Amino acid sequence: MKLCRAFLPALLLVVGLLLAGCQHDEPLPFRLTNISGHMPDLDFKLTDDHGKAVTGADYRGKVVLLYFGYTHCPDVCPLTLAQLHVVMQRLGPLADGARILFVSVDPARDTPAVMHAYVNAFDSRAVGLTGDARATEALSKRYRSAFTREPGSADGSYEVSHSSAIYVFDRDGKARLLSTPSASRDDLVHDLHLLLDTGATP
Amino acid sequence: MKSSTLSFLLAGLLLTGGVHASAADHVHASHAWIRVLPGDLPAGAYVTLQNDGDQPVALSGASSTVYADVMLHQSSTAGDMSRMTMVDALPVPAHGKAVLAPAGYHLMLMQANAPVKPGDTVRLTLSFTDGSTLATDFIARPANAMDAGDDHRGH
Repeated sequence: MKLCRAFLPALLLVVGLLLAGCQHDEPLPFRLTNISGHMPDLDFKLTDDHGKAVTGADYRGKVVLLYFGYTHCPDVCPLTLAQLHVVMQRLGPLADGARILFVSVDPARDTPAVMHAYVNAFDSRAVGLTGDARATEALSKRYRSAFTREPGSADGSYEVSHSSAIYVFDRDGKARLLSTPSASRDDLVHDLHLLLDTGATP
Repeated sequence: MKSSTLSFLLAGLLLTGGVHASAADHVHASHAWIRVLPGDLPAGAYVTLQNDGDQPVALSGASSTVYADVMLHQSSTAGDMSRMTMVDALPVPAHGKAVLAPAGYHLMLMQANAPVKPGDTVRLTLSFTDGSTLATDFIARPANAMDAGDDHRGH
């Protein structure tokens, strides 16, 4: 009895908070890691694969899948982009509301022309973004996405180890989800449906 | 006549018994494919190696007349960081297999001397630690392919 008396106010408080939460904003039933409110909005100043200066604001109205990599990465980067292509195919016409933003962490070798040929080999809705080392680093730091350059070999080639995370932003540029190459494609398709089905910006 | 045939057969048997069979004799390659990337970007090559022998063997690398450089690599993920490391040898257990597949072991092909297009067949010569080699035809696949695209994939 004593326990009940102590427990009841706490229970009421929890129920009250839940109700308030529901009234405020119905949370979407995401399957992937929900990062809503935990990561900054999409914001950058980079150059797209047509050589045009772009900012995060240029992609408002689109659901954005942000991925860091580099074109001289023969295995994991193309695998991830191929997987994202499969996900886009499965979304059908809805995929037109989404963009894959592939940000190079190797601006020395990844020119807009190289990036253009590269991203289009994967998906027509993929955009290759490059910038100087400082702009790229600023964006990757913003999403705590580290990368390091491995020591180069004699012929000037080098490898870049990098975060394999995919960050998903809603149409308002708000960070919503964190995915990894090992996450199930079904879950990514499911969650992108939730973000794309909500329609245009409220 | 009869005795000469017999002695020839016997000699043949003795010869087979005396010579140590090479790694390549026991290995079968399947699902061999290359993910072709635009321009002169390095490409990943993948293959499944089945060892039917009683002894373990090990793949040490590969060479090709089409690519100037071929390296055996492994992609790995620690935390959420991806990296690539060079591999000296990939063991193929006795009566077992080794799989080179995306996000794991792969051959990195560099500096093609002629453009390789999806649909092309590229011959790579796989080499084993005992010095034996196995010529294998790899099918070139588009950048956004997920696998070899054959109808009898392992899984």
